[in-house]
Amino acid sequence: MHLILFVLFAGLCLAGAINLLLQSHPINSALSLIVVMTSLAVLYLLLGAEFLAAAQVIVYAGAIMVLFTFVVMLLNAGQEERTLGSRAARTVGFPAVAAILGVLATIVLKAQGLGTASLSDGITPTEQLSAELFTKLLLPFEVTSVLILIAILGAVALARRGDGERTEGK
Amino acid sequence: MNPASSHLLQNDVPLNWYLMLSAALFSLGVLGFLIKRNLITVFMSIELMLNAVNLSFVTFAHQWHMVKGQIFVFFVMMVAAAEAAVGLAIIIAVFRARATLAVDRIDLMKL
Repeated sequence: MHLILFVLFAGLCLAGAINLLLQSHPINSALSLIVVMTSLAVLYLLLGAEFLAAAQVIVYAGAIMVLFTFVVMLLNAGQEERTLGSRAARTVGFPAVAAILGVLATIVLKAQGLGTASLSDGITPTEQLSAELFTKLLLPFEVTSVLILIAILGAVALARRGDGERTEGK
Repeated sequence: MNPASSHLLQNDVPLNWYLMLSAALFSLGVLGFLIKRNLITVFMSIELMLNAVNLSFVTFAHQWHMVKGQIFVFFVMMVAAAEAAVGLAIIIAVFRARATLAVDRIDLMKL
């Protein structure tokens, strides 16, 4: 059962990722990225990470991808064009990526002592996760809230039309 | 876990497969980063790479029965959310200045 679910959702994941590359319109790429992220949530659940599966759906497939589709529609991004630069990127990109995948695959397949995952493994309770997060790792957690505050301020400052730009436009 | 139920669920998946999937997704992300010509799609490829690394974190957390790997993924998600907000704001600012999203035309940091 675990095997069937893994093959199903790993296949969906890879299909979504390949479709992201094949589509020329950004909105189609965004939708296939949502497929990838949702199937990754199922894989997290198979590995017993129930909290992360929920967070993946809410944060990634929800918040971040809504932001992406919003920006794609706001900027009215059209088809991408083929240029000289894209041909150069293809000729260099495919061998480079094949090399990276080759190295990673050799390391992973040679790795000894890795166990197996099955449905009877049990799920890491969210209680255990939060006990660790709010006792030992409280300081990094609080620092992250400052980081997110700075990110919000930065995003507003960047996306806001500057005063100089406004007078220039007149 | 009683022996009967473990026998029923015999078709386990080796964790190497999960790591292989993670490697494949990461490579596809790198490929997208290199060959896509649209700024937003390039940014999506970066998100794909982050997700691939998250999958290997969860796999190793499962292997060593440690909860720290999952907490690391939680932090990566938070940082990715902040990164997406700032990155998309930069994309909007660039689009306002250049009126294009083609990465070939955006080759100067200076506006």
